[in-house]
Formats: sequence, structure tokens, C-alpha cells
Amino acid sequence: MPDPIHQFDIHPIVPIKFGSWDLSFTNSSAFMALAVLLIAGFFMVSLRTRSLVPTRLQSLAEIAHEFVASMLRNSVGREGMRFFPFVFTLFIFIFACNMLGMIPGAFTVTSHLIVTAALAAIVFLTVLVVGFTKNGLSFLRLFVPEGVPIYVLPLVTVIEVISFLSRPISHSVRLFANMLAGHITLKVFGGFVVMLLGAGSFAALAPLPLLLAIALTALEVLVAFLQAYVFTMLTCIYLNDALHPGH
Amino acid sequence: MDPASAKLIGAGLAAIGTGAAAIGVGNLFGQFLQGAMRNPSAADGQFANLIFGFAVTEALGIFALVIGLLLMFAL
Repeated sequence: MPDPIHQFDIHPIVPIKFGSWDLSFTNSSAFMALAVLLIAGFFMVSLRTRSLVPTRLQSLAEIAHEFVASMLRNSVGREGMRFFPFVFTLFIFIFACNMLGMIPGAFTVTSHLIVTAALAAIVFLTVLVVGFTKNGLSFLRLFVPEGVPIYVLPLVTVIEVISFLSRPISHSVRLFANMLAGHITLKVFGGFVVMLLGAGSFAALAPLPLLLAIALTALEVLVAFLQAYVFTMLTCIYLNDALHPGH
Repeated sequence: MDPASAKLIGAGLAAIGTGAAAIGVGNLFGQFLQGAMRNPSAADGQFANLIFGFAVTEALGIFALVIGLLLMFAL
């Protein structure tokens, strides 16, 4: 049975050592750089003419902009729009990395926990810094919801703090686990096709896992977009908690 | 029991969690359809909330799958 786990191996392309730190340019770095190049190239080319009535390519960029802008505006309100570059970068980068992973033989950047954990940590730190600088200590009102009876308040506060601290964990693991599980499933069903083809008399059954692999690929393209959307949506909700604590 | 077979049994048990996630997702879509049957014009406005809720619920089932994968391949 071909191994579905070796597709996630990291190979250094340009080994760079800084003392005892390994800063090599790996296949993961190459795909991150490719994603950034594709994004920058797309937006530079599509926004070159900047006409008031958009061309087809320009309207793609405008649809992407309006999609994230309306998500942020609905969650946070007008003053949340100063986080729009950050949120839009998150969405477009995660979407591009997920979609690049759908190319057969490509490496999925977001299928490594360290990548998604770094993104979730940036969001968490942003929420903490913005929350405390904008609200001071009344940011802690977030953990004391209104309308709670006084005798149950200590327990509810502890539960709220624990669920707040578990946010970066669920935020990062959701994206990582979806990408990991999706690509392992695709690899396993691809392996089934090859195994059936090599099994002599059962080769006639080989199209069945192939059809399922095609359906799974379509599902994985949907999941690539959906997970980028969910990551961004949760970022907007957490930013709303930072800007307006206590709901 | 040696660790290798304990790992396999643990991975099998962890995969049961995906069934619990399936119940949650089915509940979500069923309630959405019920509400959409009663108030069809309001259904499209809530579609984004439906998809968001689906992704967040599905994530918990995939957490269970990740524990199974961890046991099989990483520990």
C-alpha cells in the first residue's frame, strides 16, 4: 500500500544554516513564494487599467475585495475596516496556498501545523494587543457576560477564559486538519486505483475508486475555499471581540 | 498489550468521533431546511451562516480523525 504520509515531507532546496538554526529554503517556502507571486501578479495585472466600469479580470479582483470587505464590515463595523489589509491578506494567502495544493504533485503549505499555528498566533496576538491598547483593563469584560446570576459567575468566568485561550488551538488545527485529512484521503484512493489495476482480474473494478477520487477532488476544491473563508470569518469575529468586548 | 496493537485499537476508537460530527452536521442542515420551508425568502440571507456553522462543526470531527492519524503515523 503506497504511503499517504510521505507527500507531506519537507525537502530543503537551498540549505541555509545560521549557527544551529536551519533556515533552508524548502519546498514549503517555494510554494509560499509561488502563492505570493501569483497573488501579486494577478492583482497587479487585473488592476492595471483601473477603469470605473471594470473589465472581466478587474471585476474578479473587485469581487474578492467586496467579499472580504463585507464580511469584515458585517462582523466588526466601520472602525474594523482598518484591519482590512490584514484580513484580506490572510484570506487570499490561505486560499492560494490551499488551491495550489490541489495541483497533482504539488505541496500543500497549509497542511503543516506550524504554518497554520503561526497564522493563528498572529491573529491571537493582534486580538490581545488591540484589545488591551484600545480598551485597557476593561477588555477583561469579555470574560464576564451580562445577565449571569452572581452565584454562577466565577464558574462562567473560568469557562470563558479557558475557551478564549483555546481559540488559537482550534483556529489553527481546523485548517491544518482539513488540509491534512483531504490530501491523505486523495492519496489513499489514488493508491486504491493503482492497486486494483495491478491485481489482474480485478482491474475492471479500477474505475470505481477513480470516480470517487474525482468526486473527492471536487470536494477538496470546495473545502480549500471554505476553510479559507472560515479562517477569515473567525478572524473577523475575534477582532470584533477585541474592539467591542462584552458584546 | 504491546504498544503497536494498542495504537491501532486507539486509532479505530478515535475514528468513532467522526460519526458524532456527522450527527451535528445533519442536525444543522436539517434545521436550516426546516426554517427555509417555513420562511423561504429569509433562507438566502442565512446561507452564509449555514456554511460557516457547517465548517466549524465539521472541524471537530476532523479533530477526531487527526488523533487517529497521529496514532497511526506519528506516535
